[in-house]
Amino acid sequence: MARDNGIEVEGIVRLFGGGIRAVDGVDLSVAPGEIYGFLGPNGAGKSTMVLMLVTLLPPTEGRATVAGFDVAKQGPQVRTVIGAALQEAALDSFLTGNEHMDLQGGLHGLSRNERRTRGAELLERVGLSDAAGRKVGGYSGGMKRRLDLALALLHRPSVLFLDEPTTGLDPQSRSALWAEVERLSREDGVTVFLTTQYLEEADVLADRVGIIDHGKLVAEGTPTELKAGIGQVSLEATPVNPNDRERLAATLARFGEPAAASPKSVAVRLAAGAAQLADVVRALDADSIEVADLQLHQPSLDDVFLQQTGRSLEGEEVDKEPAS
Amino acid sequence: MISSTLSVSLAVLRRVMIQTIKNPAIIIPSLAFPLVFLVAFAGGLSIVADVPGFSFKGGYTAFQFVFVFTQTAAFGGIFTGYRIAEDYESGFARRLLIAAPHSAGILLGFVLAGLARFFLTGLILWGIALVAGMNVLGSPLEILAMWLLAANVSIASTLWVAGLAFRFQSVDIGSFMQMPVFILLFLAPVYVPLALLTGWLKLAATYNPVTAILAANRGFISGEESKALLAFGLAVGLAALMALWAVRQFHRAHRSVA
Amino acid sequence: MSSTSQLALIARRSVSRTFRQPVLVVPVIAFPLILLAVNAAGLSSVTELPGFPTKSYINFAIVVCFVQGALFAAISAGTELASDIQTGFTDRLALTPAKRWVVLAGATAGGASIAVFGSVIYLVVGLIFGVEIDTGVVGALVLLALAIYTAIAFAGIGAWLAVATGSPQAVQGMFPLLFVLLFLSTMSLPLDFIQKEWFATIVEWNPLTYLIDGMRGLVIGGWDASTLLPAIAVATGIMVITFTGASRSLRKRVQRT
Repeated sequence: MARDNGIEVEGIVRLFGGGIRAVDGVDLSVAPGEIYGFLGPNGAGKSTMVLMLVTLLPPTEGRATVAGFDVAKQGPQVRTVIGAALQEAALDSFLTGNEHMDLQGGLHGLSRNERRTRGAELLERVGLSDAAGRKVGGYSGGMKRRLDLALALLHRPSVLFLDEPTTGLDPQSRSALWAEVERLSREDGVTVFLTTQYLEEADVLADRVGIIDHGKLVAEGTPTELKAGIGQVSLEATPVNPNDRERLAATLARFGEPAAASPKSVAVRLAAGAAQLADVVRALDADSIEVADLQLHQPSLDDVFLQQTGRSLEGEEVDKEPAS
Repeated sequence: MISSTLSVSLAVLRRVMIQTIKNPAIIIPSLAFPLVFLVAFAGGLSIVADVPGFSFKGGYTAFQFVFVFTQTAAFGGIFTGYRIAEDYESGFARRLLIAAPHSAGILLGFVLAGLARFFLTGLILWGIALVAGMNVLGSPLEILAMWLLAANVSIASTLWVAGLAFRFQSVDIGSFMQMPVFILLFLAPVYVPLALLTGWLKLAATYNPVTAILAANRGFISGEESKALLAFGLAVGLAALMALWAVRQFHRAHRSVA
Repeated sequence: MSSTSQLALIARRSVSRTFRQPVLVVPVIAFPLILLAVNAAGLSSVTELPGFPTKSYINFAIVVCFVQGALFAAISAGTELASDIQTGFTDRLALTPAKRWVVLAGATAGGASIAVFGSVIYLVVGLIFGVEIDTGVVGALVLLALAIYTAIAFAGIGAWLAVATGSPQAVQGMFPLLFVLLFLSTMSLPLDFIQKEWFATIVEWNPLTYLIDGMRGLVIGGWDASTLLPAIAVATGIMVITFTGASRSLRKRVQRT
């Protein structure tokens, strides 16, 4: 990228009627080409943050620049360098995929020819070539998201905003979208600012993650750093013979502090990390304790969220996923 | 059997009435539309009574009031029938059917609800017309006959929409419910008596049962001679026909329970 | 890219989606013509009243179709724009270089276009059923132009309602009110044939009266600036007020920097 396409946010605040501080003094910085995951529960202020950064909502206080342009003062310049797929892919169900491309391309100033070639190329890339002539009303949720992404990329933006891009998608559509976002960042150097309420999404996709709760950034770092901050891996073992539970606990106690486990099992935090697994197995063998099940639990971003806020991020999520 | 049918219908009636009372937005359209027509027709078109050949003792307000009153009866039925379709969309209908597997009871309940609603809006309409100075020359007995005749219209329209609701089980056919009733009402002598109509409308109105009903009610309100028996015969016949249609659609829709 | 070509793009989208929804188009054609048929036949005897301006009631009533078409334009334009706001489509357009007023005006094009389509059909159907236009071919074209101008002005009412409420249901809820206005106008009789004074007062204050009378003057009686100019003035007034109101509300609704 010729110019610096990062994002700088300083003390940004957005007040709504009734004194609600939807975003309450956030500082953050996204490096050019980086994928930044903005993680938080519903209502944490994620969408408000995105709306401010894409110039659709003026900040109440603070300052933010996107690719060097001030979001409050240089709206038109910001809009030429960004692409955005906002929540609820706002598509017209009576228009075809091609017609969407043509409309948006035209508004961005692409010539008729450019619209056609660029539109076809992007639809191909997101796997919608076959459906391009059909009305969007007949698309699946995943197809709509992919069309939304293609539309956001139409004018070759250097910064991409994705507000909950995979909410409500099946696992296949989700990973296809992840792969495309990953490619945009790695190959085209596009900076990606992505909000999500899915731990796995932030973990897999983001170079760095910011965790937001009640409008405030409560933690920030690479997923690995954040999880490392929580501490050690825990190990959970279930004896074949329930009577061995006491003996199992005694053996495992040699490797670390006890941790919460299911009633039939015993768990400890491994003081020296996952590398101790082999020692644990040898110790169990030496003490002739047969185990039915042995699991390592990595600390998850949910543990990070839990530690920072005292609540579980996915507490009420229906489609709970393993976060390791 | 009879007592259980009755208790089912009373339960349905109570439910619809509670919904109606708790949500005035439901009753306002069925009152506002006839009122607008009354104002626009009786107020704006009064000169029509001066058209050569127009003879009606009761004055133009009473002439138009009969139309609007009949319309209120028909629309009270439609709005009530509409609730059946809503019940299907919300799944409430299934609950109702499990609790009360007699089609007669459920239908009767909705018909009673339609009547109750018509009674309410009809009374308000009468009040407004009387305050506005409408001439009523008919005897109390004739006014009662007017109510009874209109009640048959309400029953017929409730059953018509009920049949449609059973058949399609969706509120999407809203305009389909209203249009035929609207057309039937307007292909009648709305502004002038049948004798002053010309052309195709005269032909349509001559064979439209609504014409006879309007003529009879205009006779009642002005104390003039009219073919009341014919009108009652047609109105009861129409209601019976619609009852047949509704019961048929009900059984078609619920073969397993009915 | 110029605002004109952006407007054309957004308008084209609005028109395509409108005409892909028969539920928006069919009533615009059907309702006014049904009402015309019923009223022309039902009220034909009023032409026998001394001094009634025409001997054929359909000549008198045809222009009501155009105003009804414009009312439908208002509601369709409003409903469509409100649903764009609700789904976020307006935000999508706001992220492009298109100007706010372009987004607004373009979104009302679909509603206005149904009225254009309807007006041509009313005129053709009317002519087939014996409507005679006293001002001739030029008058018919002016009538059509006035009908379209009115429809665009009324689309502004819909747009304002849409932007102010952001809810398609709220816009549709206004339809009965607009319809009531139609009944409280010179829709069925000329003003001097309305006997009740209170009713005549309402009719005189009703802007629709002037639109109807202006269009009607072209059909019955010939060129008359005293009916035509007020109609143009009323339509222009509605257009200016509603589109100004709508674009102000839009500034609040889409707070783009």
